[in-house]
Amino acid sequence: MILVLADHDRGELSELSLQAVEQGRQLAQTSGVPLHALVVGTGGSAAAASLGAYGVATVHLAVHDGLTDYAPAASARAAAELVARLAPLAVVGVGDQRGNEVLAHLGAITELPVAADCTSVVLGDPTAVVRARWGGNLAEHALLHAPVALVSVVPHAVRAGVPGNGVAAVEEFTPELADADLLVHVVDRTAEVGGGISLTEAKVIVSGGRGVGSAEGFGMLEELAGLLGGAIGASRVVTSAGWRPQAEQVGQTGTKVSPDLYIACGISGASQHLAGMASSKTIIVINNDADAPIMSHADYAVIGDLHKILPAVIEATRAALA
Amino acid sequence: MEVLVCIKRVPLSGGRFVLTDDSTEIDTKRLGFTVSPHEETAVEVAVRLIEAHGGSSTVLTLGVPESEEQMREAMAIGIDRGILLETDGAEWDGQATAAAIADAVRADGTAFDLILFGNESADAAGSQVGVRVAHLLGRPVLTGLKGLSVADGRLRGERPIAGGREVFEVPLPAVASVKDGVAIPRYPSVPGRIRAKKKPIERSTPARPPSRLEKVSFTLPAETGKRATVLGNGPEAADAVVDVFRKIGAI
Ligand SMILES: Cc1cc2nc3c(=O)[nH]c(=O)nc-3n(C[C@H](O)[C@H](O)[C@H](O)COP(=O)(O)OP(=O)(O)OC[C@H]3O[C@@H](n4cnc5c(N)ncnc54)[C@H](O)[C@@H]3O)c2cc1C
Ligand SMILES: Nc1ncnc2c1ncn2[C@@H]1O[C@H](COP(=O)(O)O)[C@@H](O)[C@H]1O
Repeated sequence: MILVLADHDRGELSELSLQAVEQGRQLAQTSGVPLHALVVGTGGSAAAASLGAYGVATVHLAVHDGLTDYAPAASARAAAELVARLAPLAVVGVGDQRGNEVLAHLGAITELPVAADCTSVVLGDPTAVVRARWGGNLAEHALLHAPVALVSVVPHAVRAGVPGNGVAAVEEFTPELADADLLVHVVDRTAEVGGGISLTEAKVIVSGGRGVGSAEGFGMLEELAGLLGGAIGASRVVTSAGWRPQAEQVGQTGTKVSPDLYIACGISGASQHLAGMASSKTIIVINNDADAPIMSHADYAVIGDLHKILPAVIEATRAALA
Repeated sequence: MEVLVCIKRVPLSGGRFVLTDDSTEIDTKRLGFTVSPHEETAVEVAVRLIEAHGGSSTVLTLGVPESEEQMREAMAIGIDRGILLETDGAEWDGQATAAAIADAVRADGTAFDLILFGNESADAAGSQVGVRVAHLLGRPVLTGLKGLSVADGRLRGERPIAGGREVFEVPLPAVASVKDGVAIPRYPSVPGRIRAKKKPIERSTPARPPSRLEKVSFTLPAETGKRATVLGNGPEAADAVVDVFRKIGAI
């Protein structure tokens, strides 16, 4: 069988978990084996029951007094128990912070290798995977030498399945946990202060790089973002210089965004920046270098000094809105 | 307190990567080298912790002898000493890397209160090494931290979730992996660079076990074949930009 680690946040299954389930379902189908899933915590019981619709035959619901919120080592310990008991061909997790964290723990506990951020998995001996490296700027073809393939799937490599009428058997079990497994758990949650439009949800992002020249220079970008109902983004040069908060950084080590419109002002388009925004629907570039690398990822460009161009664009936008 | 920070030398390419003829490596002939911004941040955190709490800091790398360059960079902003686990340049998978690091920590004998990692390496991005080292040393590990503090023998870490942050707390000694943005790395000063040259680096050559996650080759993503339509030069193009806003429904 194939075991999927279905992550939920206080009972809510994430879209990415459903993608991992779909990846697991395809692997199970190809291999002709059933699909199982692990859901951790009593809070996840509704989520567990809903997985049948996505092709899961059996859901293992790990319940334990210590499992009231996210606890990565404990989740991995529960998964390791299933791996030992059920000997799956593969364990599939979500290629995000939590998914990769739990898989790393599982790999450490079971002494198995892990292939994180896969875009393709072909089970076998060895298992062949393709992994996203450098934020997707490079694909690694690799072989996973292990009796159980531990893999995470890169977000959006597959689409979540369409729910059907399937019903899963939910089997509760109490994993054997030591105090050390429960040491790391969420002790508190804080709400984000500030508000405004979040970068990942913004439909329009006006983003600035070194070419903006200063913190004050971002005033123009804010004005345009205000008119378009958008958010501000930045390159790492900008956040390292302290011109903008790091939360606004877009790219491989920043946030990955995919808005309807991304306006890149004074950004060269380093591969690590592209890793965070190349999938935007429409990209407009304002840059004084007509040969900047970002040009081959953009739809439209204005060539010249952004300090002269942006005020004109703001004025024209205001006029159009009036 | 004693802090260890683990960094990895990686090629720095602004544009598209160029591969070697057999597509098994990035062609680094024309490239400089760096470490992941997550690790640069980890180095800055280590330096700040020692400034605040006293003690000393160590940087560790498993990599080619030239990785000394990245270790000296870390020393230039305040790391005290280095441990360099030399390799011949062949890739080590996350499991092997973690085992070598854990062995080196045991061999070194320093009672590190905190071992810092980047959340993921720039090139391999396995998100493996920190967690595996923690298990090998029997310590708790917090990953992906965007906020971190140490007080009263405890490590508090925060990371973002939708609409807020989740908070973790563990006793020291512990392991943590951090993300770009926890602290803005400072620039090295000239005296800092000079001091860095004299700081000690201990070298050893661990044996590389067979890869269990074995890289076979690289492929580059397909060329976009895209080329931006130039709307114009300078402010005169403003109306054309607004036409695009209209066309795509942004206004
Ligand atoms: C592992 C790793 C991860 C990284 N992660 C990220 C990341 O998440 N996000 C990120 O952004 N970077 C990241 N980087 C850094 C990245 O490699 C680049 O250094 C960075 O993106 C460059 O930022 P920039 O485009 O603002 O600056 P530059 O590359 O210096 O480009 C400035 C651009 O502005 C133009 N310009 C200058 N003046 C003007 C003007 N007056 N008007 C118009 N145009 C002007 C120039 O022609 C140039 O194209 C990472 C690097 C590494 C090694
Ligand atoms: N070769 C190495 N030498 C030292 N530290 C490493 C090495 N590889 C990975 N690390 C550390 O482990 C973190 C996670 O790496 P990875 O598991 O490859 O994503 C990195 O950010 C580094 O801090």
